[in-house]
Amino acid sequence: MTTTTKGPIEGYIVTTPSSTRDGDTVTIDAQSVYYRQVNEATRAAFADGAKHVVLNHVNGQRYIGTGIKGKDLKITVNGTPGQDMAMLMDGPTLEVFGNAQDGVGNTMNAGKVIIHGDAGDVLGYGMRGGKVFINGDVGYRVGIHMKAYEGLRPIMVAGGKARDFFGEYMAGGLLILLGMNSRLEGPLVGGYVGTGMHGGAIYLRGEVEPWQCGKEVGVFAASEDDIADIKPVLAEYCEAMGMDLDEVLSEPFTKLIPVSHRPYGKLYTYM
Amino acid sequence: MTFEPLLERMPTSRPAPMRDQSGLLGERPSYSSEADFKIHGGCGLMGICDESGTLMSGVEAIKAMAVQRDRGNGLGGGYAGYGIYPEFPDHYCFHMMYHDLKAKEDAEAVFDKYFVIDLAEPMPTRAVKGISDAPLLWRYFLQPDPHKFENAEISADDYIVHAVMLINSSVDGAFVASSGKNMGAFKGVGFPEEIGHYYLLEEYEGHTWTGHNRFPTNTPGWWGGAHPFTLLDWSIVHNGEISSYGINSRYLEAFGYKCTLGTDTEVAAYLFDLLLRRHKLPLELACKALASPLWTEIDRMPEEEAAVYRSLRAVYGPAMLNGPFAIVLGFNGGMVALNDRIKLRPLVAARQGTKIMVASEESAMREVLDAPDQVWAPKAGEPVIARVKGMEWPIHGDLHLSASEVSCAVTGAHDSCETVEVG
Amino acid sequence: MPTSLLQPEFLVEIDYDKCHKCGRCVQQCGWGVYSFNERPFPDDSKCRACHRCVTYCPAHCIKIKKNDLALRENANWSSEQRKNIWRQAESGGVMLTGMGNDKPYQSIFDHLVLDACQVTNPSIDPLREPMELRTYLGHKPDSVEVESNGEGGFRLKEGGGVSNNVKLDAPIIFSPMSYGSVSLNVHKSLAMAAERLGILMNTGEGGLHADLYPYQDNVIVQVASGRFGVTSEYLQRGAAIEIKVGQGAKPGIGGHLPGEKINKEVSTTRMIPQGSDAISPAPHHDIYSIEDLRQLIYSLKEASGYKPVGVKIAAVHNVGAIASGIVRAGADYVYLDGFKGGTGAAPAIIRDHVGIPLEIAIAVVDQRLRDEGIRNQASIIAAGSIRSSADMAKAIALGADVVAIGSAALMALGCHLCQGCHTGCCSWGLTTQKPELTRRVDPEWGAERLTNLVHAWSHELQEILGALGVNAVESLRGSRERLRAVGLDAQTCEILGVKPAGL
Repeated sequence: MTTTTKGPIEGYIVTTPSSTRDGDTVTIDAQSVYYRQVNEATRAAFADGAKHVVLNHVNGQRYIGTGIKGKDLKITVNGTPGQDMAMLMDGPTLEVFGNAQDGVGNTMNAGKVIIHGDAGDVLGYGMRGGKVFINGDVGYRVGIHMKAYEGLRPIMVAGGKARDFFGEYMAGGLLILLGMNSRLEGPLVGGYVGTGMHGGAIYLRGEVEPWQCGKEVGVFAASEDDIADIKPVLAEYCEAMGMDLDEVLSEPFTKLIPVSHRPYGKLYTYM
Repeated sequence: MTFEPLLERMPTSRPAPMRDQSGLLGERPSYSSEADFKIHGGCGLMGICDESGTLMSGVEAIKAMAVQRDRGNGLGGGYAGYGIYPEFPDHYCFHMMYHDLKAKEDAEAVFDKYFVIDLAEPMPTRAVKGISDAPLLWRYFLQPDPHKFENAEISADDYIVHAVMLINSSVDGAFVASSGKNMGAFKGVGFPEEIGHYYLLEEYEGHTWTGHNRFPTNTPGWWGGAHPFTLLDWSIVHNGEISSYGINSRYLEAFGYKCTLGTDTEVAAYLFDLLLRRHKLPLELACKALASPLWTEIDRMPEEEAAVYRSLRAVYGPAMLNGPFAIVLGFNGGMVALNDRIKLRPLVAARQGTKIMVASEESAMREVLDAPDQVWAPKAGEPVIARVKGMEWPIHGDLHLSASEVSCAVTGAHDSCETVEVG
Repeated sequence: MPTSLLQPEFLVEIDYDKCHKCGRCVQQCGWGVYSFNERPFPDDSKCRACHRCVTYCPAHCIKIKKNDLALRENANWSSEQRKNIWRQAESGGVMLTGMGNDKPYQSIFDHLVLDACQVTNPSIDPLREPMELRTYLGHKPDSVEVESNGEGGFRLKEGGGVSNNVKLDAPIIFSPMSYGSVSLNVHKSLAMAAERLGILMNTGEGGLHADLYPYQDNVIVQVASGRFGVTSEYLQRGAAIEIKVGQGAKPGIGGHLPGEKINKEVSTTRMIPQGSDAISPAPHHDIYSIEDLRQLIYSLKEASGYKPVGVKIAAVHNVGAIASGIVRAGADYVYLDGFKGGTGAAPAIIRDHVGIPLEIAIAVVDQRLRDEGIRNQASIIAAGSIRSSADMAKAIALGADVVAIGSAALMALGCHLCQGCHTGCCSWGLTTQKPELTRRVDPEWGAERLTNLVHAWSHELQEILGALGVNAVESLRGSRERLRAVGLDAQTCEILGVKPAGL
């Protein structure tokens, strides 16, 4: 029987994480600290007047940035944040140096999320405003049910490839997929793109086959006007990611928009 | 930071189990032969395999599960480790759960009768806050009694499974948690990091580990009911809810399996047994039968391939696992991870050198792998397969059991077993 | 003496103030209710309440009312019982009727409810996500056998996969209704719709008219005891072949298409002389036992180049054992017709009192085939009053692969269930061969209505599947766990394999 002990077993600890303050910036060491304490410390730092919270050694802690309100606040995450990051976030900028998991930007209202890595499934579910920029690949059901409301227009840009159900139920906003920073084999995007789409626009840097698209979607080559419309967004994305805008714009884009705002008008018969 | 204070500081609140746990093994829920209840739940899981056969500490599995703690509710955690008993590579190792000493005596009488025991000892455990009402846990390294075995005229694997059935069906208060060579299951009622700590997993090294964190919404609170489920050296951990349970179980019953536990995991275990062992499907195609491509995908395939998938789907439609799931099948030759065909449950994978790892969340893999070469999300229904170099493949060519025998051995449910005499 | 004690069933009331006196009612009624003398005059006794005149009256001035004559109440002797006795005392005849059983038997479907997902597993959105209804009809091996294709992939071993199955885009087909009992335009409507829907229509026992040849890949050709129009060419044209042993509306009873319905076209299609009666014997006289059925199944396979061959039976008491025998005899599907199934003509006593409910038959047959380990060897088609997609979903959950609709299909084409099919006077032009009536069904119009109906039911089935959290119909098939009974007795629940609600 082997008896080698490999040292301490890592896990989350329920404790207030250590933090240091330098001017407006508070740095928190999230190493193995349970999510509640990490997020409490984050909120406390902002309540105490900090403008920037840096979370180091993040791994799997859920709900980072969730529900935080304030336009001029910033959170920097070093590591792999857990589920539902930036859910219901309303204003701050949240920058992740690493990959993000599932559920980023769920029902987000305003602010900006920048992920310098890949992200998982169900990103931007019901997102109403703000921006989510992902450097790399994204999973299934990305941009699901993004919507627009009065002055709010949610924007999501992913630099890599996406799986099935990209832009499912999309009701508003802008969803862009570049296919440039990908580690995945296979097509730019999976099947059922824009299925159930009834608002907003999807731009793909490249082409899609008809089978990949939901039946509610019309596929067009992006016009010069279209490119002019998305160029400021791409410029902002390139700045965040350190990419070259001209290279991004060097390939033609495909534009997907809903063919109807009421795709199911004929589905029902009234009793 | 050491482990004890960690556990003291962890939130320990958890829902009270629905059953009085004092009975544990003796008061196993009375499973009816028709599985007239269905256990609902969600979960988290992990699996890691070093394809070179290099051994890893069980701590790695605990670390991966601890990060995913919030995916469970403290009513079940468990692990399977492979290559953990190099001192006894050719012995079957029985991990036993006993309700009381009487159960132990009765089970040991069975061992004495049919096996040569080379080592019997209590499972090494330590007291852990949050773990209570543990059964008596013992392990046995044994081999079939050569005299009895020769007369039995069956394979050694069959002989072992018959013994498992005999104990599970006729020895009150005794349950076989695992029975494979050079592997073992470590499971119970608690959060997985508590369970791992309780079993001193840091003292084991294996080339493959799987782990599970259970979130049952209706639990019998029974140690044997935690994941993984095992038979010989294969083990299954599972996350999600299979919405097609009703037809999956009826389909299996037509082949003689008896779905008595009312869990999706049990159904998945039998389906793998049916497809791999009895129908001899290649592992890749067995996975595709359980998580079939959509018809539109099949229609786009070249005809030779499409013909295979059309047949798979038409024949194994009732076996298709429909609804959200992620599953890891472990065995001595490696592991297979699979999730549902439209990716309703998460599964991420990573590779670092010869190590392949899967988990419900990427953070679980980051906790274990310091610099992965690749982290990816497998496509829906696309299995992640890890094969340990030099190990046997496929699994269980030497098992000739009927379906009901497999059911009995896996679940230990009294009603599904007819008393079986070995030898 | 009075010639008849029977009073009219219905009263036709015309609001002459609104009446245009256009005579359209006279022209539309196939039963000869109306005469015209400056304005229409109805003969109430001929009215069957088929509403053809009502539908076409431009002034909406016609009302059909029940002739609500009070008879002394008697819970035992219903007014219908009394009327039937008067009717038979007058004629000495067997009471003949059309369509299905109209007696108030319990509907088991109406006592079954479906499950839905909440929290522990998700429901699926059928409008946006894949929701697969494709179904393969026919024999399937127990397992699939593959071999390496030498390029890292696999191919089927010779005979190791599924062959000779018919692909259906939805688990719903049209029931057999023969040309003769229904008009050619009805057959064309069914065939065109079947082609558009990727499903099947069924010739019934009256042969395949040449006009349907373009649709033959979507046609089941039936072989019944009368063998009308059955040739090797006929067998080769069908996508599948069906041996009709029995019919839910008249188990154990043969058929009789009167000579007046055998016009030139029917005569050619059935290959019998014009004007002669077309008699279908009660049994197939080459099937007196189960081994004879096997012989016939294989002779039809041999003659057709091994097309799938199914067997249609009426649901009767011992249906489990019968179906097992049929499957073991080599049938590729078993078609179960429940006791509420329709007919062009049947003795009312048989229609209303013989056979068992479809729901029971499905449950018993599916379980029996599973118990014997032969469920994979044949598909189950369930028919006999599938009234909605809910009935369809429940039939599938009980164990059917496919449902077949006949009455519902005719209703899509205008049928109002007046039960006068056997008269040959159908005002809607469905169950008649009179050219002035049959031309009322434009096949294009009919195909569109049938396509609409099946599309609507398919959408509804997808909604049900989505709520159940599965995205393929095979995950509902036989999944009785997703059904619960409300108000059924324990023994019926046990036979159905369905738990009462709450368990």
